[in-house]
Amino acid sequence: MILIKCPYCGERDHSEFSYGGDASIVYPSLDAPQEEWVKAIFFRENIKGIQKETWQHINGCRMWLEVERSTITHEITSVKPCHKNLQKVIDN
Amino acid sequence: MSSQRIDNFGKINREKQFRFNWENKNYFGYEGDSLASALLANDIRIVGRSFKYHRPRGIMSCGVEESGGLVTIGTGNKKDPNVRATSQELYEGLIASGQNAFPSVNFDLGSVNNYLSRFFAAGFYYKTFMGIPPFEWGKGTAVWMFFEKFIRKAAGMGRVSRLPDPDIYEHANDFCDILVVGSGSAGIASAKEAADKKLDVILVEQDNFIGGDQLSETSFDSNNALAELRSLGVRVMKRTTAFGLYDNCVLGLIERVKDQSNPINKELPKQRFWIVRAKHVIIGSGAFERHIAFNNNDVPGSMTVNASKHYLNRYGVLTGKNIVISTNNDSAYGTAEALVKAGAKVIVLDKRENLNSDLSNNNFEVRNGVVPYNINGAREIKSLDIADTVNSTYKKIDTITCDQVLMSGGWSPAVHLLSHRGVKPKWDSENQCFIPGEAKENITMIGSARGIWGKDDCIASGISGALDALNRLGISKTKYFFPKQGGWENSIEPLYEVKYKKSRSKSFVDFQHDVTCDDVRLAHREGFISVEHLKRYTTLGMANDQGKMGNIIGLSLMADLLGKEIPNVGTTTFRPPFTPVSIGALAGRSVGKHFMPLRTTPMHQWNLNNGATMIDAGLYQRPWYFPKKNETINDAYIREAATVRKTVGICDVTSLGKIAIQGPDSTEFINRVYSNAFAKLPINKTRYGIMLRDDGLVLDDGTCWRISETEYFMTTSTAQAGRVMAFLEELLQVRWPDLKVNVTSVSEQWGVAAISGPKTREVLDQCLEDSSIISNDNLPFMGFISANLKGRIPCKIARISFSGELGFEIYILADYANKMMDILWNSAKKFDGCLYGLEALGALRVEKGHVTGAELDGRTTIDDVGLGNMASNKKSYIGSAMRKRGVLSAEDREKLVGFFPVNKKDTFDSGTIICEKNNIKGFGIGRVTSVTHSPELGHWIGLGFIKGGVEKWKDTIVVGSDPIRNKEMEIQVVSPHMIDPGGKRLHG
Repeated sequence: MILIKCPYCGERDHSEFSYGGDASIVYPSLDAPQEEWVKAIFFRENIKGIQKETWQHINGCRMWLEVERSTITHEITSVKPCHKNLQKVIDN
Repeated sequence: MSSQRIDNFGKINREKQFRFNWENKNYFGYEGDSLASALLANDIRIVGRSFKYHRPRGIMSCGVEESGGLVTIGTGNKKDPNVRATSQELYEGLIASGQNAFPSVNFDLGSVNNYLSRFFAAGFYYKTFMGIPPFEWGKGTAVWMFFEKFIRKAAGMGRVSRLPDPDIYEHANDFCDILVVGSGSAGIASAKEAADKKLDVILVEQDNFIGGDQLSETSFDSNNALAELRSLGVRVMKRTTAFGLYDNCVLGLIERVKDQSNPINKELPKQRFWIVRAKHVIIGSGAFERHIAFNNNDVPGSMTVNASKHYLNRYGVLTGKNIVISTNNDSAYGTAEALVKAGAKVIVLDKRENLNSDLSNNNFEVRNGVVPYNINGAREIKSLDIADTVNSTYKKIDTITCDQVLMSGGWSPAVHLLSHRGVKPKWDSENQCFIPGEAKENITMIGSARGIWGKDDCIASGISGALDALNRLGISKTKYFFPKQGGWENSIEPLYEVKYKKSRSKSFVDFQHDVTCDDVRLAHREGFISVEHLKRYTTLGMANDQGKMGNIIGLSLMADLLGKEIPNVGTTTFRPPFTPVSIGALAGRSVGKHFMPLRTTPMHQWNLNNGATMIDAGLYQRPWYFPKKNETINDAYIREAATVRKTVGICDVTSLGKIAIQGPDSTEFINRVYSNAFAKLPINKTRYGIMLRDDGLVLDDGTCWRISETEYFMTTSTAQAGRVMAFLEELLQVRWPDLKVNVTSVSEQWGVAAISGPKTREVLDQCLEDSSIISNDNLPFMGFISANLKGRIPCKIARISFSGELGFEIYILADYANKMMDILWNSAKKFDGCLYGLEALGALRVEKGHVTGAELDGRTTIDDVGLGNMASNKKSYIGSAMRKRGVLSAEDREKLVGFFPVNKKDTFDSGTIICEKNNIKGFGIGRVTSVTHSPELGHWIGLGFIKGGVEKWKDTIVVGSDPIRNKEMEIQVVSPHMIDPGGKRLHG
């Protein structure tokens, strides 16, 4: 029963969103060696506390969001577009 | 037997009589009765049989904590088992019966179990199937499977109806500032205070009258209280249970809309499932009175003390004539007084030796330092043996003739909802109960749910609760304090179990699951000392009531055995739901055709009009086959597939995903996404492409068309359309924000028909304004072009073939899709063509060895399906590094192959395991993923995978094993391209 404040659509129930994954991953370049990709794809921290994750507002504006959520209380402390320029567009 | 209705007591409406049926006999009750009070008014004391021992059980409480009066309401498809008679409103024509008894609750053959009880102690299932030494006969799954049906039949309570539920259930959502759970004196005070401050308040009450414990007070008028609340703007929801409290102050509620009356507004749902988001939740859910464990404490006629007062002052039912009340606290005295006033003879046994004051006012006899020891009688109470306590040992001193024993072992605050939030309760040894811990969220506990007993204190705590909410919401900054826990003149003295001298006592801790004190001791002896183990081993607190009354007795026994205090033993966590929630309410309207949304193609109705039988493909419905008179599905698809190869066929393929890709960096984007080369795709050309996932496995396949320098059109499989779209959006927004590309789903904007077969050109000649534009020179294989259907209807035609025949896909604006089908079909009919559906489409593609989701199942690589040489070596793309992982390029991976039966009459099914001859076991060496009859070859064929692929097995006969269908057949491994491997027809 999480509410996510979509920067474009406003505060909505989490059922409108779909969970993406770990937002802290820095994806290697496509031509990076396999080891780097293995690390990026398979290795995850199991965080107790605030975790950065991606969600997509799939039944709304379809924006990919970077969400900071506590894995203990589900409290959401920050929501922003993954695409930096999108935030600027919304602000204008 | 002596419970009866009495005049001048109760709040029932004696003007309005209801007839109801109990165990096939008719009785009468009044409006305002519960089923339990109506049964008691008719002196029906045995209402059910217990879970394991089939002991007679009667009404034991007056609320949702009921352990004895579990009954079945209704018959046929309206049957509801395990309903608590105490919270079931009476209505005209109600039909109810007892449970777990044969032939009846009054004479039950299963009660023989009572004499075999030594075999049914805690953990008996686990032990029984350990086997009998020394040979451990009777061990293992097979034995369990054999006995299970008998055991299941003997145990368990009501039986559900196997018929579909005819009732409607609804889902609803709401918001409010403050939601108050419980309409006792505290809850009402809170709601009033908050409404007074102009807040939007919802008050939730599970009962059909508001008031909570006040309903047992003669002076309390529930209707007045309701009117006052409503006049203040409080939204009062009666017959509504807050069954769960979730993150962000979200509550799950069940509103019983029309359980309560029988002849029914058809439009109204039976129940409404609410999700309410509050800014603050105030919980005044009250407390449950505990019973006391002593021998035969379950004989019909035993009840909690306050229940008896409710039956008297709310329902006008006096539950006994000669009543013994046994208590360890002050709360029982009010009831004793009320019962005496109603004409009952009352003796109070108070465990406490010395009291500060005489609580009886000389109205009834009180015997101090005395506890109940044993009830005599089986079907009804004949007398009570009592004992005195010296140094915590009990010795029988006397026998009192009586027909009812009321028990009060103290009160347990209903901390359930707070517990749902993971807040552990704290032990209050002064009041002998768990009180709520501190909540970090916007939740406030008030009244008896907070451990506050006195009515004035409860009201004060309700007002404080509202102020607390206002402060926390930042609306006000008012000082407030909560009254202290407790509130009795004399402190409570612990009394959980009165130990019986004789062995094999029946002192029940959990009435519903027939868990006795001895069971708890057995669990301790056998090492199950953690509360969570104790619970699961004995099933204590795991019944319908979830241990609302008995849990703390179990904990105290374990604490005693371990030589610890109760708080050091711990308590199990209460989880939602607070009271049982019917599955129908959770499903709501998502039943039958509303189970999931239906997607239709723009030519859906056209397909139906032309005789299509439809099949679900994800959310879509697609034509499955178009049967002619008397044709079976097999007749139809084989005819359709053969017609496509011989003349021409038309198929609705709209459900493919369609994505428009635009922007200056589109080419770069496409080239990174697909594993095969796309950078040099010319304008007006389309290419088959395969996308991989990050981990190197295949994500999806489809075509991609280059419309201009900066614009592409991508198709995906029906199944993966949503996933591919989301992935492309993720890539553009998350990983490659510098790429100037926009993606738009246009799946719904286009209608698509595939037309294929050797006569396709002849058909299209008659359909197009200018058919020369699709000549072989102008539109070569994998080209696409803009054209006009007759009537100047613009469309796009791509020369793509899934069937392996000469074929085109025609894309048209969705609004013109029916028109297109008319034009194509009118022409195709003249060339002996056919309409074909998904089944024939499947047959045609299996013959050609084209893969779909059955093969690209998320476990296969591009090499596994034989398309590895399509992947580019010159560029990097999603999955390019990972597809070369060792495990994905291992020698023994299964490769795509075709399968022929050796005996051409044999058939096989998807899922068949491929094994070596004489070595049929385990996972085998391969599997069949898709099968069809091939009209072209005249026998059954399949696609699938085998370790080593066709090179290794082409000269070796293997075996197809299908243990589920008990089939085995010899199989020849062939190339997956089973028809026209050179692709001559395609280019024809």
